Amino acid sequence: MSDLVIDKLSMRFDLPNGSSVQALKDVSINLKKGELLSVLGPSGCGKTTLLNIVAGFLAPTEGTINLNNSVVTGPSPERGMVFQQGALFEWMNVRENVGFGPSMKGMPKAEKREKVDHLLDVVGLGDFKEKAVYELSGGMQQRVALARCLCNEPDVILMDEPLGALDALTREKMQGLVLKLWKETGKTIILITHSVEEALLLGERLIVMAPRPGRIHKEYNLPFAEMGVGADLRQVKKHPDFGTTRDEILAMIWDMEEEIMGRTEAAS
Amino acid sequence: MSELFAKLGEETWTVLSGVLFAIPYLAGYIALILVALLIWNGVKRLLTPKKDYSSLKTVTFGDESAVASNTVASVVSVVAIFVLWGMFTASNWVPGFLHVPGPHAGEGEFTYTLTAEDGSTDDATVSVLMPGQGEEIPDAPEVELGDGFAKNDSIVVEPFRSELLLFDGNDETTRRDGAEVTAINGESIERGGSVSVGFGTVVMTDRGTLNVTPNQGLQMEALYLPPPEAVWQTAKDIWNDGFRNFSFAEHLGFSIFRVIVGFLLGAIVGIPLGYAMGLSDWFRGWFDPIVEFMRPVPPLALIPLVILWFGIGEEGKIVLLFLASLWIMAIGARSGVSGVRISKVHAAYSLGASKWQIMRHVIIPNSLPEIFTAARVAMGVAWGTVVAAELVAASQGVGMMIMVASKFQATAIVIFGIIVIGIVGFAIDMLVRMLERWMVPWKGKG
Ligand SMILES: Nc1ncnc2c1ncn2[C@@H]1O[C@H](COP(=O)(O)OP(=O)(O)OP(=O)(O)O)[C@@H](O)[C@H]1O
Ligand SMILES: [Mg+2]
Repeated sequence: MSDLVIDKLSMRFDLPNGSSVQALKDVSINLKKGELLSVLGPSGCGKTTLLNIVAGFLAPTEGTINLNNSVVTGPSPERGMVFQQGALFEWMNVRENVGFGPSMKGMPKAEKREKVDHLLDVVGLGDFKEKAVYELSGGMQQRVALARCLCNEPDVILMDEPLGALDALTREKMQGLVLKLWKETGKTIILITHSVEEALLLGERLIVMAPRPGRIHKEYNLPFAEMGVGADLRQVKKHPDFGTTRDEILAMIWDMEEEIMGRTEAAS
Repeated sequence: MSELFAKLGEETWTVLSGVLFAIPYLAGYIALILVALLIWNGVKRLLTPKKDYSSLKTVTFGDESAVASNTVASVVSVVAIFVLWGMFTASNWVPGFLHVPGPHAGEGEFTYTLTAEDGSTDDATVSVLMPGQGEEIPDAPEVELGDGFAKNDSIVVEPFRSELLLFDGNDETTRRDGAEVTAINGESIERGGSVSVGFGTVVMTDRGTLNVTPNQGLQMEALYLPPPEAVWQTAKDIWNDGFRNFSFAEHLGFSIFRVIVGFLLGAIVGIPLGYAMGLSDWFRGWFDPIVEFMRPVPPLALIPLVILWFGIGEEGKIVLLFLASLWIMAIGARSGVSGVRISKVHAAYSLGASKWQIMRHVIIPNSLPEIFTAARVAMGVAWGTVVAAELVAASQGVGMMIMVASKFQATAIVIFGIIVIGIVGFAIDMLVRMLERWMVPWKGKG
């Protein structure tokens, strides 16, 4: 019913010098409501491009995206986005940032405030509601970004390396938070990451993409996200299957990177 | 072409010799700075025997946080300026023993030897009276004429001046009879030559007269640099009585008013223009050549044209200041708009904002820091331009004040005006900075 259907998506960038880059080729993904998909792949394989198309910031050269049986033609509040960093509005305090979506819709003040305060408590920023966002640490800023996205109640949440700029410890905590919010809210989530462990931990489903042209190389269905909900993520990592899948994917990406390097070396 | 290079070469030589002349003074000033530093370090060690952490820092070179401005140095520097000023102008704010030597004062004399056409010689004594600075200028004292055909003379030389001695006004044989001075204090002299006489020099001009120049010392003449108390007195006078039919407040008020009105007009037109350029490629293409051409033209270069078009009244000045700030504001607003991170705009879109809402809640606030930076620059340029415009033509304003004063060689007013201009310029900058900190506290933290 409210599925996200990505159908034969292709994207070609025409460069000013006349050549062109095939960033995506025939990418099809079918996501059911409430599924969490993580996307892995070597740098430049088109992950961000894919997410930008789903968000509606870019129009694909071929293919369509359907959400809730209607075609995606541009950005809309039903598809929220969490960026890697720097997408908060530093001229607004934490509360105003989180309440941005409802403000734009003209939600009554009292209702909005209640909602914002609740979400800030959920992400553990109850004591920082009036702070300026530039006074927060990187991890806190990402929690604000997450809360801002959730506050707008999107059907789908798109995350482009949301935890990429964080230190290992903060990152682990944030991973737990993402899992918790995912389970509690039942949102459909697409999460792009460079960390294989993160992809395994959070992704109920996982796709590995290959570059030039960007395409789906391999798909997995994984049990670890279910195990991780409310549990110690470090215990999940000790599961024997976790290790083998991780090594398999790492080898896969390693090969791809190697191939790219070889190709560029040959070209130059 | 080669002529041009020859001239430029000459010019370069003039500059270099000027620099060479300045080097001992510069060296003296640097020595003063270092001596003050040594003294301060000594004082500090006496005051605080405990070590502070900054002395323990290992990496301090090129680390901006390690080099903050030393307040003591700033205070000493400003005090030093006034003390040096006083030393070189014999100010009574500075104890007399600090004064650098001034022009020679007191009495002196020398003899000249007159040789008549027939070869006979006679000596005569010249008494030179040199009143000190600020003393009344007396008449030349009576002296006994003495014997022989050359008679004794006396002259008065005012401080910083030299005096032509008409030695043969009372002599029995004069230059017209073929007589000529051949020696000063027994030292022979020719036309164009000079002889040192202890308190100064005596120069024989090409026409055979004598010019008496007492030693000038190192002090500045009040005409060129009045002592600080004279400037202070002038400040009080102008404050109380105004200058040229306008009170001081009116002069200053007019200048500031022009800057504010010109700047505001420039901002009112320039900011929307910059926004249009940042948001639409058509507007950008249209105005880019105009803005990029006008930006490097210094507003001062427009003064003649503006005077031709608008006359010397208020209108012309406002137009000039408008033009001075317009391009700066437009460019600031333009880069403020186009500098917005695309992810912020994307985030706003996917949070459901409309185009207009993005403009209002993302683009405009995001551009404010850049606009404030531009405003600071524009205010500074406008302040400089208004002073220059008033120098050219105005019936009131700070620039007009110093221009008129300079015509009447009222140097104290000129210096007072310069100090006022500096203080106001500084105050304007501080004000915009404060406004900036208050209105765009997120600046540079995005
Ligand atoms: N606006 C654009 N114009 C031209 N080429 C682009 C544009 N955006 C992306 N590309 C190209 O498309 C390809 C995919 O880029 P994309 O940013 O999607 O990669 P990615 O998988 O997100 O990489 P990373 O992991 O480094 O973020 C790259 O080769 C890139 O050069
Ligand atoms: Mg990317």
